[in-house]
Amino acid sequence: MSQSSTHPYQSRPGIRRAAERIAFWMLRVCTYAVLACGVFVLSDVVFKGARAVFRSEFPFVNVTFFTEAPESLHVFDYEGRKVEMGDREFRAFRHRESQKAAAENREPLPIESQSFVYSAGGILPCIVGTVLLTVGATVIALLLGISSAVYLSEYARQGTMVRFMRLAILNLAGVPSIVFGLFGMGLFVIYLKWNVSLLAGWFTLAFMVLPLVITASEEALKAVPKGFREASLALGATPWQTIRKAVLPHALSGMLTSSILCVARVAGETAPIMFTAAYVVRDKLPWQGLEHFGDFFFQGVMALPYHIYVVSSKIPQNDYTQRTQYGAAFVFLLIVGLIAASSIILRGKLRQRQTW
Amino acid sequence: MPVMDSSNTDLRIRTSMPAFASPVDIHQAPRALIEIENLDFHYGPHKVLHEISLQIPERQVTAFIGPSGCGKSTLLRCLNRMNDLIDGARVGAGRISIRGIDIHRSDVDVIELRKRLGMVFQKSNPFPKSIYENVAYGLRIQGVRDRSRLDEAVERSLQGAGLWDEVKDRLHTSGLGLSGGQQQRLCIARTIAVEPEIILMDEPCSALDPIATAKIEELIKELRSKFTIVIVTHNMQQAARCSDLTAFFYLGRLVEFSPTRTIFMNPVNPQTEAYVSGRFG
Repeated sequence: MSQSSTHPYQSRPGIRRAAERIAFWMLRVCTYAVLACGVFVLSDVVFKGARAVFRSEFPFVNVTFFTEAPESLHVFDYEGRKVEMGDREFRAFRHRESQKAAAENREPLPIESQSFVYSAGGILPCIVGTVLLTVGATVIALLLGISSAVYLSEYARQGTMVRFMRLAILNLAGVPSIVFGLFGMGLFVIYLKWNVSLLAGWFTLAFMVLPLVITASEEALKAVPKGFREASLALGATPWQTIRKAVLPHALSGMLTSSILCVARVAGETAPIMFTAAYVVRDKLPWQGLEHFGDFFFQGVMALPYHIYVVSSKIPQNDYTQRTQYGAAFVFLLIVGLIAASSIILRGKLRQRQTW
Repeated sequence: MPVMDSSNTDLRIRTSMPAFASPVDIHQAPRALIEIENLDFHYGPHKVLHEISLQIPERQVTAFIGPSGCGKSTLLRCLNRMNDLIDGARVGAGRISIRGIDIHRSDVDVIELRKRLGMVFQKSNPFPKSIYENVAYGLRIQGVRDRSRLDEAVERSLQGAGLWDEVKDRLHTSGLGLSGGQQQRLCIARTIAVEPEIILMDEPCSALDPIATAKIEELIKELRSKFTIVIVTHNMQQAARCSDLTAFFYLGRLVEFSPTRTIFMNPVNPQTEAYVSGRFG
């Protein structure tokens, strides 16, 4: 190296540069591994689920999958072909066969079918149940959560008591969801005698996401400039008027967008509803066969996550059941993904409007 | 920029002697509206105001000056009890009375008190609502629904704040779309819309450029015919330009309270003299 090319800032290969490179590559590899896992899980569900949901001929979507209740699938050989039929269709088919045989004065052909539970029909009651559970639980969680967030950050004197309450709320966020399920069963289902019902599921799910809603709402309230409160109070507004007119309207957007992520969580949880609200199977849709309006709240429902759990672990496994499992999982992913995406879009829109 | 012309005395940077808003005739001293007697004030364990005694006359502009942390803003916020909002803040001793009524008496409703003592803050804080709704806010929370009454109050207040001509065509656009100085005048309009008796201003011009500051000072001089104004300021020239009386605070104590002319021309206290002549602070 000539004298002229060396200077005080000369770069030299050394252990520090090597360490830098290794660290950087490790970070990169970890990130790619995470990405690969995500892509693998998603594509597995999408590819396998698409077989149940989509069709190769018109209307390209398996309509019955979205409009029917689950039923048993019967598979049998008929005139040399392998035929798959849902339970109701199969009964009608057998009835027709026996009539045909009677008309021709012969014994009906013996049909030796294999049947697979829950592998035909659709998942309409599960979708309906999940939507009902999610909406109700979200409404309850928002009402309770926003109220207590307003109390904690706007009214309560910031002292030991409030610190203790915040700590308790944070701890609640760490409680496993199955514990909420047990708590819901103990309190709502057994002690309050609500039985396995929508109402019990709503409250159990709402309690589970309350810590998230409260924390998110408090953050949104903190983001409202102090000047709004001061200006309002200095104009002679009462604290409640100030909260209602100068604080809440500007915090609400933040509260709602953060809470939509809670909605995704509510829709996705299995453990809290398995003891409190979910049925393995139920023929009627929630609005069918009600004697009183009040009965609506005291009925159990089918729910997507629980249905997936049932069809993947409580019945004998084979190719036919797998189709339903992945179909349901695919629809489920779609619903939760839509909720999450809408929250992100909504947040973006509302942030644009927020100009202070 | 014509406003920056050196012939405009309001904006000229003064090297020696400030110009005065209006000399106060000491023989015709207006009667005191706000009386502060031996006030001690604490933030938790810290005593921040020591034995303040001060009489603020009606329909005059009283300026509080002093270096940062001397307690002038705290005292201002005592007057409409905004300090109640701070945990651990309390009056240790002494009393504040307005028209002879102790504002800490148990039968005083702080909401009613604040309706009569409007406040303009250091950082302009219009609500993210329309200009109209900003000004109407105070009346709306008092339950005024009558559209014509609101319209009339909004126009009167915006005119009072010298903003009407600039915004009359866009009353229903956001108040946040205004410039900093306009926003501060919007806040003043919002304050005078509820017709307070006293307007407290907490460094209203500290975030504004000289032109906007000049407009606000002009406004203060106009408002003193209708309102009693107490203004906290860092800017001694501002106090000199637009106040009738000046109180100089230092380290939580009132050092000197006199007609503005006296404070700036012949202060009694050597500390005051040192501060107003720019030797510290």
